[in-house]
Parts: sequence; structure tokens; C-alpha cells
Amino acid sequence: MIDLIVFVTLLALGYGFGRMAETGHYRSIHRREKAFRNILLIAARFPPPDLVPRKTQLVAGSAVISVDYFKRFVAGLRNIFGGRVRSYESLLDRARREAILRMKSQARALGADMVFNIKLETASISKGRRNAIGAVEVLAYGTACVPQKHEA
Amino acid sequence: MLVSNLEIVPGRRVLKHLGLVQGSTVRAKHVGRDLMAGLKNIFGGELRGYTELLNESREESLSRMLEEARAVGANAVLNVRFSTSSVAQGAAELFAYGTAVVLEGE
Repeated sequence: MIDLIVFVTLLALGYGFGRMAETGHYRSIHRREKAFRNILLIAARFPPPDLVPRKTQLVAGSAVISVDYFKRFVAGLRNIFGGRVRSYESLLDRARREAILRMKSQARALGADMVFNIKLETASISKGRRNAIGAVEVLAYGTACVPQKHEA
Repeated sequence: MLVSNLEIVPGRRVLKHLGLVQGSTVRAKHVGRDLMAGLKNIFGGELRGYTELLNESREESLSRMLEEARAVGANAVLNVRFSTSSVAQGAAELFAYGTAVVLEGE
């Protein structure tokens, strides 16, 4: 009986706080994505030959986002029936966009306007009894190009 | 030292290839951070401790790679890649590698 109460409480806490964290995070992601829109991300390996930047430098950003109790439970259910695991999709989406935003903020600090050869790498972090800690890490990196200064 | 994950540097020629340079580090998280992470696993959200830890380790492996590049007399490392693998429970290896080259110019 006590087990059940603990379980339901954790589920409710996970749902409440997890939802809060997610909506808050998405709000900040949307806001910053708008702010960083002028930095172009290009997944090409070679910049166009006529582009001669003043400086190029590696930039990177990463984020580790944790699952919550509710999501893990829902995903567990999904494992029985199969199909899309929506609760984890949003998790990965958040981690990826956050990593890209952090990379962009590094690029902006350098004064770059383009980032070439974007690579995204995802790693899952889990440890402890029955994978007591579950989280994903996304790393985004690329080469920032700082344009030649236009003499005004 | 110029570090880039492109295969060329726009506007500058590669004079000499010096081969692969690499750097790696294996890190484990400490108990305090794990405790926090355990809590966060109920509520969800970002694990800042882990983000920091992984960033620090990645910097470390990058700087080891650059050391190696300096030792062979390169002035740039191109086509840099990162890779992460978990070695044992709670420990992760962060690996950085790239091609050391000598570029023309300063």
C-alpha cells in the first residue's frame, strides 16, 4: 500500500515538475532561437571558395537533459505495446536544440555569422541500479567563420 | 593554434600534413553530483553538473590533442572530431582527434 502511495506521488511529482521544466525550457528555446536567427548553420563540409573569413574557429555546445519519473513510466508502457515514444522525442529535441543554441552563443561571442560543418553527437548517460539515472547528452560542434570587417 | 572541423582553411594553403593527433580523458562523476542527478531524475530538467563535467573533460581532451599537435610542430588542427563512449558504469571516455597541419602565413 505504501509502495503504491510512493509510486503515485513520484508519478505526480514527475508529471508536474517535468511538465513545468519542459514548457519553461521550450519557452526559453523559442526566445533564444529567435535571437540567434542571424547566425547561419551550414552542414556542408566545405565553405564556398569565394568566402574568405577573417578567422575560423571550432565552437561547441552541449546539454545534458534528464528524464523525469512520469516520462520513464510512460516509456515503460510503450515498451509493451510498441510505437512512437513521444515522451522521449521531446527530451531529445530539447537537448539538441539547447546544444545548438549554446554553440551559437559561442559563435556570437566570437563575432561569427556562419557556422560550417555542424556535427551532432548524442550519448545516453545511465548508471546505478536498474539504470537509476537516465539522461541524454547532445554535443553540437562546428567551425565558426568570422567575416572580414566592412570598413564603413 | 587554429582548430577547426573543416578540411580546409578558407584563404590559406596547407603546406604540410603532419598526420593524426589525438587526446582523450576518462572521467567519473562524484557521489554528490550523482545524488543530485538522482533527484533530477524524478523531476526532469537539465543536469547542470553533468553538462559542466562533460564540458571540462572535453576541454581537457582537446588541450591534450593540441599539446600533441604543438609537439609535432603544427600550427593548426583540421577536421577535428569528438567522440564519447562509456567505458564502465559511471565513467565516460571523451576523445578528440584531428589532422595536424602546417598552414602558410602566421
